[in-house]
Amino acid sequence: MESSRKIRVVVAKPGLDGHDRGAKIIARALRDAGMEVIYTGLHQTPEQIAATVIQEDADAVGLSILSGAHMTLVPKVVQLLREQGVEDVVVTVGGTIPADDAPELKKLGIAEVFTPGSSTDEIVDFIRDAIEERRTLAAQAS
Amino acid sequence: MAIEPEAKRRAHQWREEVYSAQPERDALFETISGQPIEPLYDAESLAGWDADRELGLPGEYPYTRGVYPSMYRGGLWTMRQFAGFGTAEETNERFRYLLDHGQTGLSTAFDMPTLMGLDSSDGRSLGEVGVEGVAVDTLDDMIDLFAGIPLDKVTTSMTINAPAAILLAFYVCAAEEQRIPPEALGGTIQTDILKEYIAQKEWCFPIEPAMRLVTDMIEWCTEHMPRWHPISISGYHIREAGSTAQQELAFTLKDGFTYVEEAVARGLDVDDFAPRLSFFFNAHIDFFEEIAKYRAARRIWAREMSETYGAKRPESLRMRFHTQTAGVSLTAQQPLLNIVRTAIEALAGVLGGTQSLHTNSYDEALALPTEEAVRIALRTQQVIAHETGVTNTIDPLGGSYFVESLTDDMERAAYEYFARIDELGGMVEAIKRGFPQREIADASFRYQQEVDSRRRVVVGVNEYKLEDEERLELHRPDPAVERKQGDRLQRTRGARDSAAVEAALANLKAAAATEGENLMPHFLDAARARASEGEMIAALQEVFGRYTEQPVF
Repeated sequence: MESSRKIRVVVAKPGLDGHDRGAKIIARALRDAGMEVIYTGLHQTPEQIAATVIQEDADAVGLSILSGAHMTLVPKVVQLLREQGVEDVVVTVGGTIPADDAPELKKLGIAEVFTPGSSTDEIVDFIRDAIEERRTLAAQAS
Repeated sequence: MAIEPEAKRRAHQWREEVYSAQPERDALFETISGQPIEPLYDAESLAGWDADRELGLPGEYPYTRGVYPSMYRGGLWTMRQFAGFGTAEETNERFRYLLDHGQTGLSTAFDMPTLMGLDSSDGRSLGEVGVEGVAVDTLDDMIDLFAGIPLDKVTTSMTINAPAAILLAFYVCAAEEQRIPPEALGGTIQTDILKEYIAQKEWCFPIEPAMRLVTDMIEWCTEHMPRWHPISISGYHIREAGSTAQQELAFTLKDGFTYVEEAVARGLDVDDFAPRLSFFFNAHIDFFEEIAKYRAARRIWAREMSETYGAKRPESLRMRFHTQTAGVSLTAQQPLLNIVRTAIEALAGVLGGTQSLHTNSYDEALALPTEEAVRIALRTQQVIAHETGVTNTIDPLGGSYFVESLTDDMERAAYEYFARIDELGGMVEAIKRGFPQREIADASFRYQQEVDSRRRVVVGVNEYKLEDEERLELHRPDPAVERKQGDRLQRTRGARDSAAVEAALANLKAAAATEGENLMPHFLDAARARASEGEMIAALQEVFGRYTEQPVF
């Protein structure tokens, strides 16, 4: 039986990057799709993001980064979540991510990388499907 | 414009009987800003329009046709490509490459730590040093950035806002090292902090002290740097954040009026500083809307500066601007198409009468441009300038039924926004209440919905897609830069007189806490002592505090 708890998503802006157009659109689309959205605002350290994810008991976190610093900041967020025992959060990344970096990010555990041109529907559907899949697996395991 | 009654009747008949019998494509006949466009514009579209009042002549009030009498017949726009990455030495090399290839002015991109007032050694700078632009921590970096480039012969633009006064101090001192006095320096520093709170989001302080710094710069430059533009009042970033063309126009101009009011409140004579105010607009893909926007901007600015702010000198009334083609219009898919988009956008800027132009490179949806890509971008401007014939005459689209209608519409829309902002208590108050931010968020969401639903086609992205995209060779940030810059900063810190730095920072803090004290001389002292940008900003934050945004989405 599927959990009817609302999906909770943190939309986060790591680092100094101030480009928030995409993050805000995604946040709004996720909210319109019936999810609980926590938008962290700008200039978040990886520590702040991990703390928010845990505090908010989030199912997913979307990291939006257009400054080119993704290969430093994204692994840090993932590492912090792991260290604090948060294994089952769906982590997605969006922004100015060259295609060549996506495989490495996925190896770290990033569920999907959304590059420029991705539609909001695509992103909303992915997050919803990924969380429902995890919930189903968790229910089966228990 | 007078219309013959018979011609009017025939036009109506054409519309009702001939045109309406034609099938229309299933497409959106709206600008990307959402303005519906008529199938035809004619004399009736300009009923009541007076060319003499609305246009004037080139170089004359209200400057609709251009700010100079001869425009591009007299001199082409400055080809000014934004550049910057890595350390000062690497960017110096790119500057020289661009100058060698025919660029006529420099434009500096700083990295995120520099833009945010942080030293490269700050913990928050990790992963960001030299990535989005050049790392500048101290005067030593600025000196190396312009090594071998005669600052009295080349004009430089610097895109920096919250810490602008510091970077200006670095630039003035770097010129000093070249034995060039401030009054010989020509160029621009962006400085426009209001648009940061609205759109670009690079801040260090709360709004009021940040505005004080802007006025300090305008005041100091009015006295010491008559060839310099202490501010570039910008719409580019507002547009990139997702605003409509109308919002870009209105918010930019309103920001401009706010700076004028602050400077006048400081006691400056509008005719002393207004001639050195400059502007910066986006050139987006909806061709005619952009041209109308620039023409309306000039007309509105001239009128307001004259009638509302009492400026008398012609130089105070004419709006000069830089243009950059729209970064947000670039696609990661089939990126060579971006050359086409950029060319069309650049053409709009030229037909709109820009004084200076940056054209984006085709690979910039994903990275900073490679040398080849930026060369093509520069050549795009050169093709427009030398091959197309559009520079043969001034304001070629003047008198066009369509363009003049759009220009009028654009102006009307701007005044509507001015009224709404005034109702809220002015631009600073409007920003505090999140008004422009919300307008932008709404506009960007609407546009995204149009694209997602494929009502609006973006070639290669939601239509005409390619299954197997070619992989581009992209510029990659050099991972060694962080260490290299760290070493540079270490060397400067090691060589300087720490007591002198401490004293300079203490003076800066004391001046910051003193009302009516212009901080520029203190920035210059601190710069010469080799205080770092981060140290100066941190000192000021102790006095001014910081800014936290209440995000609206």
